[in-house]
Amino acid sequence: MGAVDTATPIQESIAGLYETESRRVLATLIRLLGDFDAAEEALHDAFRAALEQWPREGVPANPRAWLVSTGRFKAIDAGRRRRRFDSLDDVGGKADVAFIDTAAWADDESVEDDRLRLIFTCCHPALGPDAQVALTLREVCGLTTEEIARAFLTPAPTLAQRIVRAKGKIRDARIPYEVPSRAELPERLEAVLRVVYLVFNEGYSASSGEQVTRHDLSAEAIRLGRLLVELLPEPEAQGLLALMLLHDSRRAARTSPDGDLVLLEDQDRSLWNRAQIADGVRLVEQAFSSGHPGPYAIQAAIAAVHAEAPTAAATDWNEIVGLYDLLMRIAPSPIVELNRAVAIAMRDGPAAGLAIIDGLASGELRDYRLAHAVRGELCRRLGRAADAQASFERALKLTRQEPERRLIERRLAEL
Amino acid sequence: MKYLCLVYLEPDKLHAVPDRECANCGQGLRERGVLVAAEALEPTETATTVRVRSGKLLVTDGPFAETKEQLAGFYLVDAHDLNEAIQIASKIPPAREGSVEVRPVRELNP
Repeated sequence: MGAVDTATPIQESIAGLYETESRRVLATLIRLLGDFDAAEEALHDAFRAALEQWPREGVPANPRAWLVSTGRFKAIDAGRRRRRFDSLDDVGGKADVAFIDTAAWADDESVEDDRLRLIFTCCHPALGPDAQVALTLREVCGLTTEEIARAFLTPAPTLAQRIVRAKGKIRDARIPYEVPSRAELPERLEAVLRVVYLVFNEGYSASSGEQVTRHDLSAEAIRLGRLLVELLPEPEAQGLLALMLLHDSRRAARTSPDGDLVLLEDQDRSLWNRAQIADGVRLVEQAFSSGHPGPYAIQAAIAAVHAEAPTAAATDWNEIVGLYDLLMRIAPSPIVELNRAVAIAMRDGPAAGLAIIDGLASGELRDYRLAHAVRGELCRRLGRAADAQASFERALKLTRQEPERRLIERRLAEL
Repeated sequence: MKYLCLVYLEPDKLHAVPDRECANCGQGLRERGVLVAAEALEPTETATTVRVRSGKLLVTDGPFAETKEQLAGFYLVDAHDLNEAIQIASKIPPAREGSVEVRPVRELNP
């Protein structure tokens, strides 16, 4: 019993260290070893060695540096053993590289750079969007393949295959392990932010299935967003983090106890997470202070207007329409146009919004469920029951999400 | 590492970019020392696809796959990594008319 009692605190601190440091150690090992698989193996070897040695020898002064250099030694050892099988005369040829200064590999600055390198590599545009998401959750967030598969309702072997292929492409096409140059940064950062937002949205508004939200994915995306803002405080990184925090602040109010969707105007605002709203609003202000707010910052500003309204009726729709106008100028899309039309309907009455939505719902957004749901709602408010019914029925056909289906069915029943 | 940049164009765009512009591009890359080889190709009507199945040679008329865009030329470039190769490929003039496929060249391991 005594031995177990003395071993447990160290084992616990190693487990805690795995939580906080394993992604950093991995990111640095990938740089040092130049290979994802070798780095993962080295990471596990290093933690296994820690579990064996630290209870005996005590925890080293700089555990991260110890883990990095131990992982690297193990990988070099493994490589040497493999080479010995390949050709007996090549033994020891490259052994000396193992004895260079280890502290320099794991100082804080280069470790933080390695985390950015890892993020940019996982979100490299030469990888497919699905592969970017899977690889980021696996390598940067440390989720297991099974966890990612479950979150995306994808069979685990499919997901594992996606990750293997992505790593293969990184290796074979020689995707560099680097933070993009200043010139490439805006485009590359956009790809990273797109991955983070996709993960968030999949968590916040699952595209299919029984549940409205999958909390783990949203939380993971917010964690990623915080990491990005910390490592690379660009206005759009701040804007995206703000947007996610502000949306997520309404989580508790967004579904009823029996899992039904509650629309923004019907939500119990006392359930909104005020600390998260304050965080989000502060980030919006930072992003806007750059003078060139991007699409994420503007969307976050819109969410902030909602968050700061004491009641639905007190919402400053004029401000929101203005922000949508700005968004239409820098990032026009039919979805933005739809949202702008809703804001106009709220400010100037349903007929004003419907004039814009009629065109969208019969044109570019013909197959977008929310265009028809919104059209149904505005027709209902105008007393055009037959038109409302037709639009709600069209929306019902297009939705694949159970709580959304129930909401539309309730609206239909109320007509 | 060498990268093969394959140029794809729809048939009616085979001559959309003036030959002189392509020649200048090749010359520029040659002077920078990153160009290994670059050629324009005749249209797919002149193409022949060669396959070997179970040691048997099969020759068929036409390109390897039926798509709207066809292989119109290639650049064999020497880039440090995929990012540099993508940068170079993006500067190849027909990239704006069609597509350029960037494929790492495999070193033979005899």
